[in-house]
Amino acid sequence: VTSLSCFTEGIPLLSVLIFSPLVAAAGAALIGSERLLRWWTFVCTTIIALLSLPLWCRFDANTAAFQFTEQHHWIPSLKIDYALGLDGISLLLVLLTTLIMPLCVLASWNYIKTRIKEFMICLLVMEAAMIGVFSALDAILFFVFWEAMLIPMALLIGVWGGPRKVYASIKFFIYTMAGSVFLLVALIALRLHTGSFSLPGMMGQNYSDGFQYWVFAAFFISFAIKVPMFPFHTWLPAAHVEAPTAGSVILASVLLKMGTYGFLRFCLPITPHATVVFAPYILALSVVGILYGGFTALAQSDLKKLVAYSSVAHMGFATLGIFVLNVNGLEGATLVMINHGITTGALFICVGIVYERLHTRDLAAAAGIGKYMPVFTGFFGVFCLSSLGFPATNSFIGEFLVLAGSFAHSKWITACTIPGVILAAAYMLRTLQKVAYGSTSNPKHHDLTDLNFREIVTLTPLLVFVFWIGLHPQPFVHAMHASIVHVLQQAGQIAAIP
Amino acid sequence: MTSIATFLPELVMLLGALGLFGLTLSDSAGQRARSFALGIAVLAALAALFSLHANGVLFSGAYRVDAFSQLLKFALTGGFAAIVIVSGNLPEIREKIRPEYFLFLTLSVSGLVMLVSCVDALTLVIALELSSFPLYLLVAMRRERTGQRSQMESAIKYIMFGVAANGIMLFGLSYLFGLTGTTNIPLMVAKLTPQIGTPLAIAGLTLTFAGFLYKLAVFPFHFWTPDVYQGASNETTSLIASLPKIGAVAVLVRFVALATPDNHTIATLLTCLAVASMFYGNLIALAQKDLKRLLGFSAIAHAGYAMVGFVSLSEAGYAAALYYITGYMLMVLACFVVISRVSRDGTNVAIDELAGLHHRSPLLAVTLIVGLFGLAGIPPFVGFMGKLSLLTAALAQGHLVLVVIAMINAAIAIYYYLSVVRKAVFGEKSGDNAQPAPIQLDWQTRGLCVGLIVAIILLGVAPARLLEGYGRSVTATLTPPTATVGLVAR
Repeated sequence: VTSLSCFTEGIPLLSVLIFSPLVAAAGAALIGSERLLRWWTFVCTTIIALLSLPLWCRFDANTAAFQFTEQHHWIPSLKIDYALGLDGISLLLVLLTTLIMPLCVLASWNYIKTRIKEFMICLLVMEAAMIGVFSALDAILFFVFWEAMLIPMALLIGVWGGPRKVYASIKFFIYTMAGSVFLLVALIALRLHTGSFSLPGMMGQNYSDGFQYWVFAAFFISFAIKVPMFPFHTWLPAAHVEAPTAGSVILASVLLKMGTYGFLRFCLPITPHATVVFAPYILALSVVGILYGGFTALAQSDLKKLVAYSSVAHMGFATLGIFVLNVNGLEGATLVMINHGITTGALFICVGIVYERLHTRDLAAAAGIGKYMPVFTGFFGVFCLSSLGFPATNSFIGEFLVLAGSFAHSKWITACTIPGVILAAAYMLRTLQKVAYGSTSNPKHHDLTDLNFREIVTLTPLLVFVFWIGLHPQPFVHAMHASIVHVLQQAGQIAAIP
Repeated sequence: MTSIATFLPELVMLLGALGLFGLTLSDSAGQRARSFALGIAVLAALAALFSLHANGVLFSGAYRVDAFSQLLKFALTGGFAAIVIVSGNLPEIREKIRPEYFLFLTLSVSGLVMLVSCVDALTLVIALELSSFPLYLLVAMRRERTGQRSQMESAIKYIMFGVAANGIMLFGLSYLFGLTGTTNIPLMVAKLTPQIGTPLAIAGLTLTFAGFLYKLAVFPFHFWTPDVYQGASNETTSLIASLPKIGAVAVLVRFVALATPDNHTIATLLTCLAVASMFYGNLIALAQKDLKRLLGFSAIAHAGYAMVGFVSLSEAGYAAALYYITGYMLMVLACFVVISRVSRDGTNVAIDELAGLHHRSPLLAVTLIVGLFGLAGIPPFVGFMGKLSLLTAALAQGHLVLVVIAMINAAIAIYYYLSVVRKAVFGEKSGDNAQPAPIQLDWQTRGLCVGLIVAIILLGVAPARLLEGYGRSVTATLTPPTATVGLVAR
């Protein structure tokens, strides 16, 4: 790995990471054989995942400065640059993205039967845009990647999705687009204040209070829809339920993180005063989201819907952690983002595996498959426990940090959140109990086959991370610590070290 | 001092029109006229490229060849070539009059090509008429369907509105001439500046705008748009919808520049027009079933977006409007290639007829997606960069409310563009005719589709050169030349 790091010295790694999926997509366009297409996409995404490893090895966790920076003029007359860079927060999210993508390809191996070429091209374009969103240091570059994701994602849902795919796809598109139009206005307004679209340049300026409120409101609508926070969440269950497995995984693991990432990257550093003013309301929405997600998940009989609503609850923890505005809360929130990406991604893959065999996602129909699919149940059990925040799994660390942070902020808010944790245990254990030990009277279950090698390979990396973060979270926390402290300094919550 | 290069594109167009006139006299088939017109278009585009850096003042200062005009001439002739390719089979135009069709097409475009160079009110009006009158005829050339004479209704409507708008414009110009004593526009700027705040000057300027706002289909001069789009044949509409807009924006740049940035009256007036156009176009487009009618209303909305650039009354805004409208031409052409190829026997295309397009022709489906998403303003297509530069220019002059309204409109517009895309990509043909025949495309159409897709993406991803080119050329063309008197001086 060290030699790999040396080898990549001097190479613009982030640009390579952004453009190699596009090159791979162009390559995929030329391939005719379906089998070859799957292998090509899998190998390409794996290579991209390996290419992202030097980021982790060469990253200097002791500084909050942006690293691996690249800057070129793009449109000088509008003061738009092609500027890329990573800090501790975005580093983890980029790595999460590159990790998830090969697994998405594996999860769609047999699931996708039509238009495989177009599907793989959509996946690869998504990957480029997602890495771009997390590494852009120019507001317009960020916005371009942010929006460029919409079309492939809407196609993933709308072409390869379930029965109500078109409705879900259009709803997803319109919600996200409607949110982001105001983001663009806010970015232009900021550019006219600071003179350029550079994100670091927009941070730490003394904007007037009124200006900050407007900009924050525009940011908030856009990011809250993406997270999604409580009143803006209605697109999520529809999109998740109808999307193919890979679409659900990308949506849950990466796309939702863009909202919380936006809060961290835009709201806190650029509009610190407005953040403090609006934080109580957002905390309230987060708590409502946690409870609402939990209760709704409890009532679901569709496995995918259940996981989707649990996402609303988990992301509530992430926004809660961000807006308590202390180190524990923010670190917890970032960990929740990563953990949710790993655990919920894995759960969606599991649901996809069930669906491929039973052609239904109904919890009752899946009851008792544990007897015939022991290996699957082992994986599924671990991910369920992880999702409810069982100690020694990843989610425990994240949620614990968030609750510790929120306890320091306000005991009442923490107290209101506790039922959410109990609800998570209730709906996840209920699901696990039914799937693993439910009555086995269903005759369709007799010819069920357990996980094959490909499916085990898909789930194993996620299992490793569940325990790695659960037992030894220090490397991850260390990587983000300096950046988190810096964000809080910019938000005026910690005195800046002279 | 002036070489042939300064007048080469116009010369090619006019000689070509003359050649086509010769063809109309013989009993030749339409296909020959089309090949000839395509040759003219390609030659004219090459000529425009060749004379891109030409500079000079012709005809006693009435005709100015500079970077501004030459860039636009290249865009216009390139668009002309695309339109000739779109006009492939012309199922709606009778075989016998096809040479005439191409003759008028060429004449109209040559009027536009000259329009962008005109710096004298008189030549400008003549060029404007030269570009307009052939269009009236082209609309009426559509084949008559039994019991319907909608093409005639459209043509009459087009003429009536056109003539009325021109009359108002001439009336306004007479005021401006009376105030300044010259028809030369750069001289007008110099003489009008001290008295631009007077009611007479504002009235004259406003009335003059009418003629160009009509071409651009800005509210309240928009009434012809949906009906003419619907009544004219698909190929004719592709011309009406694209190239005249560029000409109108180019002329508007010259006239709006008569007002200075601190002129609140003009700014307010243009703001009202922009807001009304955007809301009117977008809201009515939501309810459309006919794809051409939908594009007609969306054209009104897009004219409103272009006006946002003019509201700023700054050179950055003018350059943004030019960039936007150039991109708009490409996107709308992409849509019309699809319409003309999907249409059966040249009839209008209902949105429902697009169902299953991705099965019938993947390339057309992609072209339509790129065109529509571009119009919706989604990156990385040119529509997004255009909107961004327009909004930046407007916000730089403090028009926050206008910018927010423009973005609200962009959000509304997404819905109807998306519903078209939904039909084309996700929609399946229902009923007995479950699997319609695939659409066969000739190599020219395929090339045009690919070319338009590449251009729309390229201009969206790397807009720097064009945007700066427009910016520099606008600055250069708006600085008055040293010694000209104008064709008519008092």
